[in-house]
Amino acid sequence: MESKNNWKAWLYLAPVLILLAVFTFYPIFNTFFISFMKNYNYITGSNQGFTLKNYTDILVPGEGYIWGVDDGSMFYRVINTGLLNTVLLTFVTVPLSIIISLAIAIALNSIKPLKKLFQTIFFMPYVTNAIAIGMVFAIIFDTQYGIMNFIFGSAGHPWIAPNMWTGETVNYWSAFFAICFYIVWHSLPYKILIFLGGLQNIDQQYYDAAKIDGASRFKTTMRVTVPLLSPQILYITITSFIGAFKEYNSVIGLFGSKGGAFDGTTGPTSMQTMVYFVYDMIAKNKVQLASSAAVLLFVIILIFTGIQAKVSKKRVHY
Amino acid sequence: MEKKLYESSYADLELVLKDEGASVEARKKAVKAAHVVTLTITYLFLVFMGIIMIFPFYWMLLTSVKSGAEIKQLAPTFWPTMGFRFDNYATAVSRLNFPILIRNTLIVGVISTLGTVVTTIMAAFAFARLEFKGKSFIFAALMATMMIPGEMMVISNYASVSLMGMTNGEPVGAFTAMIIPFMVSIFYIYLLRQNFKQIPNELYLAAKVDGKSDWQFLWKVMVPLAMPTITTILILKLMGTWNAYVWPNLIATGHTELYLITNGLRESFNATENYDEYGAQMAATVIVTVPLLLVFIFARKYIMRGVSRAGIKG
Repeated sequence: MESKNNWKAWLYLAPVLILLAVFTFYPIFNTFFISFMKNYNYITGSNQGFTLKNYTDILVPGEGYIWGVDDGSMFYRVINTGLLNTVLLTFVTVPLSIIISLAIAIALNSIKPLKKLFQTIFFMPYVTNAIAIGMVFAIIFDTQYGIMNFIFGSAGHPWIAPNMWTGETVNYWSAFFAICFYIVWHSLPYKILIFLGGLQNIDQQYYDAAKIDGASRFKTTMRVTVPLLSPQILYITITSFIGAFKEYNSVIGLFGSKGGAFDGTTGPTSMQTMVYFVYDMIAKNKVQLASSAAVLLFVIILIFTGIQAKVSKKRVHY
Repeated sequence: MEKKLYESSYADLELVLKDEGASVEARKKAVKAAHVVTLTITYLFLVFMGIIMIFPFYWMLLTSVKSGAEIKQLAPTFWPTMGFRFDNYATAVSRLNFPILIRNTLIVGVISTLGTVVTTIMAAFAFARLEFKGKSFIFAALMATMMIPGEMMVISNYASVSLMGMTNGEPVGAFTAMIIPFMVSIFYIYLLRQNFKQIPNELYLAAKVDGKSDWQFLWKVMVPLAMPTITTILILKLMGTWNAYVWPNLIATGHTELYLITNGLRESFNATENYDEYGAQMAATVIVTVPLLLVFIFARKYIMRGVSRAGIKG
């Protein structure tokens, strides 16, 4: 349209651009700078020059470091605990939740009676408070009286907290199972909704063609439904990867604001994630370490998103 | 459509089967049986998954009315056999300091929601209707920020608001810090822009002819037409404040009178292994969860549409 609209458009954008400049763009650069600062003090905003130490502290293990042994170093907390937990959680929960939600969406799409009711039930976890429902899961997985131990017949098994009678400590993989269960449960609704939307847009004629060809239901699903859903699958994969790398609320909800305490012989001593470390460092007045960990996380997410976008170019059917 | 197809494939089948000397009726029956089996398996699967989905809600409600003695039974009961203990709710409300938490959450939620809606409407209008240099570049740059982990911003923003003395427990400063940075949402701008774009250009030209300014057109024509999407944004944003934990927790650390509802919930019940308290703890989570579920039941349409639109390219 006419050029006289030009300056007016900027007026409409001004509130958003100003807010973003102050609270999004500036902080990105600032965090990057802080991550190189020596003894940054966030209360006065002062520092004692620049250094690479914030990165070497978290990235380089100390002399004689043994993998998996808590020597109190930042390397143990960030790489050996935070990054390890984050990566494990991501690679277990993302594929698992995508497969389950896809199966549910396909099942939902193939029924008529009770469809609305099921849809509502499957969407319920989306509108819940992550912290609140995490506390419910903590009770479900309770060591002494939890329903999980009743179902599995494993009385007194410490899923997320030690057994206070026998003193049995928490096995890392039990805690890992509990948190994966919770994360997958909580992440299903959104994925089901997106997949269901995609399924409803698939032209019925593809299915008719498959039927005439005598393809079995399973074959039709694998050869017709899944390829035609690939844009949604890609979208969900990328957003869930980014989300999983930022896992934090679920840890707080399930293990309380300490991140749990496990025996350490079967894995890290806590379920702290990268983001957990970032917030913990902010709270402990070590903002420069929080910054270097956040930059590291950002770089990892960027690389993963890049790889996925590249791979998907060959695989996604539009 | 579906039925016709079945019929036609049956007709074809009949010819084939006749050649093979097989009974057409038996074949028809087999196809039908297979269909019933698949349908049964589908429903069983959905019921099983549905139970898993709904179970934590049931367990939360159930535990919230159980007594400590009943929680401590070795075999968990699926119904409160020792009677309903509604006093758990009274305990929960008094522990939570409920009035203060609600007040804080409403102050922060209402102001930041209204602010977000205003900034979103203006920006979406600029992106959908106005022409200016660098429009597509700015839009792409905004979209790209959605990929950046929020922690990058949180660190620096926390340092900034601390420098301004907003984290030392003074309520006006603390609430400002909780509200202002969250008065903009790229995702909602994207959502509303899509909606604005669907409004026909003829309306805009007609308004121009009537001598209406852009500003009047936006608020008198576009906003009423896009009300469903704006309602979606209002609901999702309010729910977001209700669920907010991380940032308010940083701002209000050490000042319980500034907590929002979720911070209050987490900090009031952090001690584990106190089984007599589990009932009250679950009563508190019910109190925090039920408003969300009520909103969901009454605004299901708006919420699901807003969420599902994210997955559609455009």
